[in-house]
Amino acid sequence: MLVYERKKVEYHGRLGRIVALGTALGRFAGPLLLRMAPLIFLAATVGVILFSWIVAHFVNPIVPWLIRDIIAITGIILFVSLVSMIGIWGERKISGRLQSRLGPMRTGGWHGWAQSLADGLKFVQKEDLIPRSADRLMFRLAPYIALVPAIAAYAAIPFGVGWVYRGMDASLLFVLAMLGIEVLGVILAGWASNNKWGLYGAMREACQLVSYEIPMCMSLLVPVMTVGSIDLLELGKAQSGGWFDWLIFRNPFIFLSFFSYYIASLASCKRAPFDLPEGESELVAGFHTEYSGFRFTIFFFAEYAAMFIVSALATIIFLGGWNSPFGDLTGGPLWFTAKSGMLIFIQMWVRWTLPRIRIDQVMHACVKYLLPFTMLLFVGSSLWQLFISQTYVAFALFLRYVLGAFALGILGIVMVAFYVVWAVFGYMNSPLMVGRLVRKHLPGA
Amino acid sequence: MNDIRLQSQPDLSYQDEIPADVRTEELLVNMGPQHPSTHGVLRVVLQTDGEMVLKATPHIGYLHRCAEKIAENVTYPQFVPYTDRMDYLAAMNNNLGFALAVEKMAGIEVPPRAQYIRVIFAELNRIASHLVAVGTYGLDMGAFTPFLYCFREREWILDLFESACGARLTYSYITIGGVRQDLPDRFADMCEEFLDFFEHKIVEYNNLLSYNHIFIQRTGNVGVCPAPLAVAYGLTGPCLRGSGVKWDLRKAAPYSRYDEFEFDVPVGEGRFGTVGDCWDRYFVRVLELTQSARIVRQALQKLSPGPVEAKVPRSLKLPAGEIYSEVENPRGQLGFYIVSDGGRSPYRLKVRGPSFCNLSILTALAKNCLLADMAAIIGSLDVVMGEVDR
Repeated sequence: MLVYERKKVEYHGRLGRIVALGTALGRFAGPLLLRMAPLIFLAATVGVILFSWIVAHFVNPIVPWLIRDIIAITGIILFVSLVSMIGIWGERKISGRLQSRLGPMRTGGWHGWAQSLADGLKFVQKEDLIPRSADRLMFRLAPYIALVPAIAAYAAIPFGVGWVYRGMDASLLFVLAMLGIEVLGVILAGWASNNKWGLYGAMREACQLVSYEIPMCMSLLVPVMTVGSIDLLELGKAQSGGWFDWLIFRNPFIFLSFFSYYIASLASCKRAPFDLPEGESELVAGFHTEYSGFRFTIFFFAEYAAMFIVSALATIIFLGGWNSPFGDLTGGPLWFTAKSGMLIFIQMWVRWTLPRIRIDQVMHACVKYLLPFTMLLFVGSSLWQLFISQTYVAFALFLRYVLGAFALGILGIVMVAFYVVWAVFGYMNSPLMVGRLVRKHLPGA
Repeated sequence: MNDIRLQSQPDLSYQDEIPADVRTEELLVNMGPQHPSTHGVLRVVLQTDGEMVLKATPHIGYLHRCAEKIAENVTYPQFVPYTDRMDYLAAMNNNLGFALAVEKMAGIEVPPRAQYIRVIFAELNRIASHLVAVGTYGLDMGAFTPFLYCFREREWILDLFESACGARLTYSYITIGGVRQDLPDRFADMCEEFLDFFEHKIVEYNNLLSYNHIFIQRTGNVGVCPAPLAVAYGLTGPCLRGSGVKWDLRKAAPYSRYDEFEFDVPVGEGRFGTVGDCWDRYFVRVLELTQSARIVRQALQKLSPGPVEAKVPRSLKLPAGEIYSEVENPRGQLGFYIVSDGGRSPYRLKVRGPSFCNLSILTALAKNCLLADMAAIIGSLDVVMGEVDR
């Protein structure tokens, strides 16, 4: 009988003691946290309320603005790092489970929770390599051009009412612009590294940008037109109430434009099936072929930060933002993060299921199908809008609440329920899900 | 045979229509020898115009280990382990091919139990090899998950091999005169258990990968190889059958009691494109998984107790003369040409590697395609560089 046993690892030195401490902590705290998840959610809700109260009554009137800004920016950067690290770890765990593996299991003692931390440390220690023929300045600049806009976009994203660093009346435009600038870093990286595969990756990214950007913005325009504002805060406020007040359930056109936005957003953060710029089986590693160590980590960070941004946009504009689905509850930022996390999970699910599309097919799909489709949605939504606010008010209200909210809401709930049932069924009926780690059918083995 | 498009210069006539100041030059790109989708150490020099590949020239020889020359200096039984290392994904089939050639020349009669054990292991290894082909093809297309599912099943087959001969990759299990040792207890049950599990999984691969719309878009109508072209280049195995030619040595010239088994020879039908495209070549392998499982089930039924090794003299000498013997490997026809001068080792040994012949068509297929199609075409040919270079 062949059983893969976990070896007892011993740690030495100061770093070793830290690692051992973290491992012990993970073994102890990990299972505990998992079992107490509802309690933690409640505690976090209370914490969120307390925090806002303290900020409103003590921090804002007393602390000078410069220090407030510094604290807020530090908080944003910490949040981005946290999102990236949890995202990377989660991606590895999720992909492992989808592929009947376990994923990282050892680092940190509990389901490899410290894996991305350890990877980050490893990357920082690596040799700083710049190819001799590369454009040194551009090569060094590119990762920051990719990362800084990704972090800057968080400044305008409201996590709740009052939970935004800089509220502005055109915050949607700002976030989209930041997402657009991020692409420049990728193109620069591919160009500056003076590698043919890198150049291919960069050119593919440019090619993809012109394909997905227009349908993405067009599909965002549909709900924006309904509310009449491009302030993300206003968009979120317009959806308070229950799930039937979310914009996605307002009318069928917004419902469909959510899906077209989601497809375009996959292309926007270079996720499969649109991961052509780094398509590893074709372009080795694409635009980051020559990048290693810390600079590679920065690209990684930027990718996961962008994943959260596009999911956050979808949450605010379509899925009610910080509003809970069951009427007005507190804990807005938690609902917001939970919804965005759910969308990120679906991104990962899609990535580990689908093959990659070819570049001509990306352009074909985006320009020939998605763009006319979103334009139709735009026209349809404007007609719907005109119909409601003008002459036939009673019929319009009937349409709005019966066909729009009720039918679409039921459809959405059926979809979510189907997903949950399917997932539970799959989980219950998967005796071989984690592979054949313990094999007892072999006399010779 | 006029429609055979043999290797020719890329069509650059469109360049004359472009004004001189916007005309661009082609870019030469080295794909490999260390590239994720060249399946080992194949190097392809691509002449590209943007994403278009105008011409692809394969360069081989990075894994040359002089196996044929080594054969002249070792005895016949000593050469069996070297055959393992040619097509290392189908070592059992390689052993079988060499053993059959030597047995035919020496006139050795192999006992029936050994014959059936050989068939069981050759077909199990065909399944394992096709699983790698199917899985890595998904990987080439960017789908990571089917790869690990395939390797999960392959792992089980390797366990079966391990229980029989102790090795997991290079078995040297099928030797001259039979097999090295008898099967372990309960082997038939374990094999049945695996097949029961495995046959359901093929449906999962199809749902996840074969019938995936993106996958079909990527492989259908890509790298089309019409039947005359395939025959002209000497393709064999799934590459030939993918072009719609019903040719399988196990049916056409049965060896090792293959004539006693019932199985079909799947061919490409052009279901999602033209006959002979990448999807057809891929899907022939998926269909062969089922057929191999069928053969294994029948062979398990026919197993009866008895000796597993014929009497072979310790210093085996072949009579002077020459022989050419072929078997149907997972990748095509593997041929051994042995010239003997009556001594203990061959005077000359030539191997016809199916991967080598299959790879020769790459230039003809990868013409005026996209860069991403290169991965699709190379993957669908399913070459093993160990066998190309030997």
